[in-house]
Amino acid sequence: MIAKTLQDMFRRYRRPGDIVFALLFFAFALFLLSQLGTETKVVKRTKWFAQPALWPMIAIWGMVIFSGMHLLSSVLSPRIPGRLKEVTFWLMSLEYVSYFLIYVVTVPWLGYLPSTMLFAAFLAIRTGFRSRGAIGISLTFGAVVAIVFRALLQVNIPAGRVYEYLPDSVRVFALTYL
Amino acid sequence: MDNLISGFAILTQWQVVVALIIGSVGGVIIGALPGVGAAVAIAILLPATFAFEPIVGLTLLLGIYGSSMYGGAIPAILINTPGTAVNALTTYDGYPMTKRGEGHRALSLAYSASFFGGIYSILCLIILSPVLAWVAPHFGSREIFLAAFMGILLVILAHRGQIFSAAMLAFFGIFLSTVGLEPVKYTKRFTFDQSWLSSGVDLIVVVLGLFAISQALLLLVDKDHAPGDTHVRGSIFAGLKELLGLKRVATVSSSLGVIMGMVPGTGEFTSQFLSYTYAQKSSKNPEKFGDGSPEGLVASEAANNAVPGAAMIPLLALGIPGEALTAMMLSVFYVHNVIPGPQLFADQMDFVMALYMSLILLNVIVLVFLLFSTNLLLKIIQIPTRFLGIMILILSFVGVFSLRNSVTDCAIAAGFGVFGLILKRLNLPIVPIILGMVLGGIMEVKLRSAMARVKSPLDFIDRPIAAILFVMILGIILLHIRTLVQEQRERLKPQPTGDEDSTQQG
Repeated sequence: MIAKTLQDMFRRYRRPGDIVFALLFFAFALFLLSQLGTETKVVKRTKWFAQPALWPMIAIWGMVIFSGMHLLSSVLSPRIPGRLKEVTFWLMSLEYVSYFLIYVVTVPWLGYLPSTMLFAAFLAIRTGFRSRGAIGISLTFGAVVAIVFRALLQVNIPAGRVYEYLPDSVRVFALTYL
Repeated sequence: MDNLISGFAILTQWQVVVALIIGSVGGVIIGALPGVGAAVAIAILLPATFAFEPIVGLTLLLGIYGSSMYGGAIPAILINTPGTAVNALTTYDGYPMTKRGEGHRALSLAYSASFFGGIYSILCLIILSPVLAWVAPHFGSREIFLAAFMGILLVILAHRGQIFSAAMLAFFGIFLSTVGLEPVKYTKRFTFDQSWLSSGVDLIVVVLGLFAISQALLLLVDKDHAPGDTHVRGSIFAGLKELLGLKRVATVSSSLGVIMGMVPGTGEFTSQFLSYTYAQKSSKNPEKFGDGSPEGLVASEAANNAVPGAAMIPLLALGIPGEALTAMMLSVFYVHNVIPGPQLFADQMDFVMALYMSLILLNVIVLVFLLFSTNLLLKIIQIPTRFLGIMILILSFVGVFSLRNSVTDCAIAAGFGVFGLILKRLNLPIVPIILGMVLGGIMEVKLRSAMARVKSPLDFIDRPIAAILFVMILGIILLHIRTLVQEQRERLKPQPTGDEDSTQQG
C-alpha cells in the first residue's frame, strides 16, 4: 500500500525519453554543485546576503533537489516505449543547428543578403521543397528579410567582406544596404 | 487630463501609428499560423525594436501580444488546430460549432468576446491607474523582493503535475542570471575562466533560443503538414449582438482574466480554466460545454484576451514581469534606460497613458481587420510547417546576431534551441526558466539593498505591504499543501496515466 501510494504520488503526465532528460539534468546539476566552491568566492567582511556565492548556491541546490525528485518520479513511473526514437528526434535537430552555425559564420564573409538567400534556398531543398516555384519563393523570402532588416530597419549586421571586391559603382551601396 | 493630452500627442507620432498597425495586423497573422505564436515573434523582433524609441518598440510588441490570440482563434475554430497554445480551449466549443455549419457564428462570437475582454482589461488598467500610482511608491526593496519571490512561487505551483520540473527549471533560470562577473564585489561566478562567459548569459539570447530557434528546429525535424483549405460565409458582425445576450459570462471571464493577468506566474491558462469552469457551472445547458457551446467559447476567448492588458500592471507599476512575454518587454525598457516601477507613474504618466491608448486602438484595428479579412487569413495559414521552420530560423538569426554581432551568442542560442526542443517534446515548461532569470536577478539586487536596513528577521515584514505579501505567500503555500493532500486522497483510486502523445508543439 505504501509503495503504491508513493508511486502514485510521483506519477505524472509524461512522454517517452523523460528519464533520459531527467538523468542528464540531474547530472548537470550535480556537476554544478561540485564546482560551487571553485567557481564562486566567499568574500571576507561581507554579510551573508551580499555574498557573491549566495544566489548561485540557492539556485544550484534548488536544481539538485528538484531535478532529483523529477528523476525519482521518472524512475517510479511506468516505462513508456519509444525512448530511443525520441532521443533520435532530439539528435536530428543537430543537423539543422550545424547548418545554422555555418550560415552564422558565412554572413560576415559573404554578406547578409547573399548568404540569407543561399541559406533559405538550401533549407528549402533539404526539407523537400525542390520545385522551381518553391526555391524561387525561398530565395525571395531570403532577399526580403535581408532588405527589410539591413536596408530599411538598419539592424546592426556587418557588411560582407566580399563586398570590398565589388566595382566602385555598387560597392558603397552594398556595404550600406545589403 | 494633461497626461491624457500629452499621451495622445505621443500616440500621434507617425512611427507609433505605423508600429501599431504593423504590430496589430502582424500579430493576427502570426497568431493564426499554427506553430508560430506571439512569443516566437516577439523574441525575433525584440533586438530590432531596440533601435526605436521605447514607445514605438513597445507599441509594436504590445500589438503582437494583444492581437495574436484573436488570430489564434481562427484555425482553432475552423480546423481544430489552435493557432497559439492559449487557443486550445477555443477548439472545444469552436470546432463543434463549425461542424454544425456555424463556423461564421463561432468566429464572430470569438472576435467579439476577444474584443470585449481586451477593452475591459484596458478600462480596468485605466481605472486602477490612480490606485497604482498611489500604491507603487510604497513598494521598497523588501516589497519588490517579496513580490518577485511570490512570482517564482506561483509560476512553479501553476504547473500542476509538473511542479518538480517547473521548480528545477526556475532554479536553472536563477542560476543563469548569476553567471558572469557580478557587479558588487567584482568576483567571477561560473565563468570557468572563459572570456565569453564573463559578461553573463544574455536574456534575449536565451529567449530566442528557447522560443524561436527551438520552434524552428521542431518544425524542420518533424513531419511536414499544412492546414487544409477552408473558408467562411455569412456575416461576421452578428457576434457583437449575440455577445450582449452573454454579457454575464463575458464580464466574469474578463474579470478573471484581469485578476489572473495581474498575478505574476499565472496568466491565460489559469484564467481560462477558472472562467470556463464558472461558465459551465452557472450555465442552463452545462452538458453542451465541449460540444459547441457559445458560452464556453465566450468564456475562453474573453478570459485570454483580458490578460495582456492586466499583465502590464505588475510590469509598469513594479517592474515585475508576470510571464515570458512581459519579461521580454522589460528588456525594451532597460535598453532605453526607462525603468518601470513606481517612478514611472510619478514621472512619465503621459508615457503610461500613451501605452493604454495604444492598447485600446490595437483592439479596434484588429477587430476591423478581422471582420473583413478572415478568408484572406485562411489562405495565408496554409504555409507548410517545414517552410515556417525555415522562416523562423532565418528570422531568429537577425534577432541574435544583431545584438552584438557575436558568433558565440548564436551558438549559445542554438544550444538553448535544442534544449527548448527537448522541453517542448517532453511537455516540460519553458516559462519558469525565463521568469527565473528575470526575477532571480531582481531578487538578488533587492535582497541586498533591503537587508542593509533590517536588524532582525521580523523587520523584513514590519511594513504593511511587506506583511500582506508575506501572508499571501504563506497562504499560497498552505493552500497548495491542502490541495496536495486532497489530491492524494483522490489518487488512491485507480486512474489512467494520461495522453502520452501530447506535446507542446503548438
